[in-house]
Amino acid sequence: MIETLFGNLAIFVLSLLVGVEVISKIPSTLHTPMMSGSNAIHGVVIAGAITIASLANSPAAYVLTFIAGVLAAANVFGGYVVTDRMLQMFSRPTSSKADTSKKDAS
Amino acid sequence: MTIFQFLVGVIYLAASTLFVVGLHMMRAPSTARRGNLISAGGMAIAVITTIVFALVSSGGNWIGWGALVVGVALGAVYGVNRARTVKMTAIPQLVSIFNAVGGGAAASVAFAEFVANVGGKSLNLTTSIPIVLDVLIGSITFAGSLIAAGKLQGIISGKPLTFPGARILNVLVALIALGAGVLVLLSPPNLLLLLVVLVASIAFGVLMVLPIGGADAPVIVSLLNAFTGLAVAMAGFAINSQALIIAGALVGAAGTILTLQMAKAMNRSVGAIILGGFGTADAKTSAGTASEDLTNVRVLTADDVAIQLAYAQHVLIAPGYGLAAAQAQHEVAELAKLLIAHGVDVKYAIHPVAGRMPGHMNVLLAEANVPYDQMLQLDEANAAFDNCDVALVVGANDVCNPDARKPGNAVSGMPILNVDHAKSVVVIKRSMRPGYAGISNPLFTDPKTGMFFADAKKGLADITTAVKEYVTA
Repeated sequence: MIETLFGNLAIFVLSLLVGVEVISKIPSTLHTPMMSGSNAIHGVVIAGAITIASLANSPAAYVLTFIAGVLAAANVFGGYVVTDRMLQMFSRPTSSKADTSKKDAS
Repeated sequence: MTIFQFLVGVIYLAASTLFVVGLHMMRAPSTARRGNLISAGGMAIAVITTIVFALVSSGGNWIGWGALVVGVALGAVYGVNRARTVKMTAIPQLVSIFNAVGGGAAASVAFAEFVANVGGKSLNLTTSIPIVLDVLIGSITFAGSLIAAGKLQGIISGKPLTFPGARILNVLVALIALGAGVLVLLSPPNLLLLLVVLVASIAFGVLMVLPIGGADAPVIVSLLNAFTGLAVAMAGFAINSQALIIAGALVGAAGTILTLQMAKAMNRSVGAIILGGFGTADAKTSAGTASEDLTNVRVLTADDVAIQLAYAQHVLIAPGYGLAAAQAQHEVAELAKLLIAHGVDVKYAIHPVAGRMPGHMNVLLAEANVPYDQMLQLDEANAAFDNCDVALVVGANDVCNPDARKPGNAVSGMPILNVDHAKSVVVIKRSMRPGYAGISNPLFTDPKTGMFFADAKKGLADITTAVKEYVTA
């Protein structure tokens, strides 16, 4: 039991460090989509909802499974869709306007 | 450990790697979208693996799975609907709501894990500590994020809501939550005690966010995002799922960094914001004290501004909260497009906290079809101001207050846009009212500055009309 805990703790700490390293390189232009995107990642809690669903065997557990399912699904589906909607606006082709902006020498 | 468990572990690791790679690709606008899709791919892998593992190892019964399927369907429909229809100006609220539900889900998972053990013997501390922490943090972020979303949406007053004894009540509630939490750890599984933790944490979340001013709400959203990450990681400890631990830790780190960066850009300490410290008032409501003294102010009309812009070579637009509040991103983009077509070099100078959350202004401009290579970040923008003919400030105030370079005032040391380095400055603003920091801005009375008093949306439209006359005439 204690080995499992220690292994998990090590993973936790290392993931925190990786997170700090990766996130601090993201430019402020993308901070809103990044926040929304990381928000979607914590929707992985839906895996937790699945686990408790498979273990549920009492009315209280069914209710909690249902609640966890609703909340986690809203988080994960909504989070990815809204992040994609934002980022899709960023990745629009810029060429048409880049041409006109070169005329400023005139 | 069976081969099957080993395989599941490896697949979880792969999914987690995809999360990291996905986040990593969000460092450039050109790869960011693919990054998000890769992260979503990791999510799909993690979810499918969990389903297979759960079916094979425990099976469960149809009521449990039924409750899950119905719940997930409802949640997914709600989430996707909101995500598809939300206005870009309302993104901060939606992020906050998705954050709330994530925290709530994490708390429910821990609660369910606890319920499964009620009536049995004492839980091992390696399970019960994460359960209690998860319920604590998850409920705080659930309640707090909903209140913050309400404040951003304007359903709940953006003014700090306090009442006599609020702080004492706050401490009391926190002590009850922690005390009950410790009791849960010490006694055999007792549902009532964990319910006390849940209710007290929800109350604490509400009480924590209510006294925070609307302008500070985005910082709180970011902080609560970090909390949710931690709650999810705790859920991972409770049910021994490394995918949850890794993803939760990543989000925890992301939220923490953003919170610190944002607080720095607003010249506030995170502690001061949480304690709802000094004169916390929403930018919109902090009118009053400063006099509307116009003696040293050069007042411009839309025509004046249009002439100045049409004859400039280099124009920098500094959009601020006022532009976001007036939803004038399309108007500003139209004006810029017109000027660019006329041969003027137009770029946007974007302060990290312009808008309602960090990077929000970039999203608003992207929505209005502004290519991201026209958006300059703080350092690039400040280099460009030295060579700029007209700086057009739209609804921004404190982020371009030159007093920030002097010591001893509310904005001292805050990173600002060097708008005053431009050859001339035009400020579109509704009035001379001070911004969030509540101090006057010497930029507005600078001889090279002209003020155009108007609502951002209408003012920009008027200027565009006026420019059109000059350009076509």
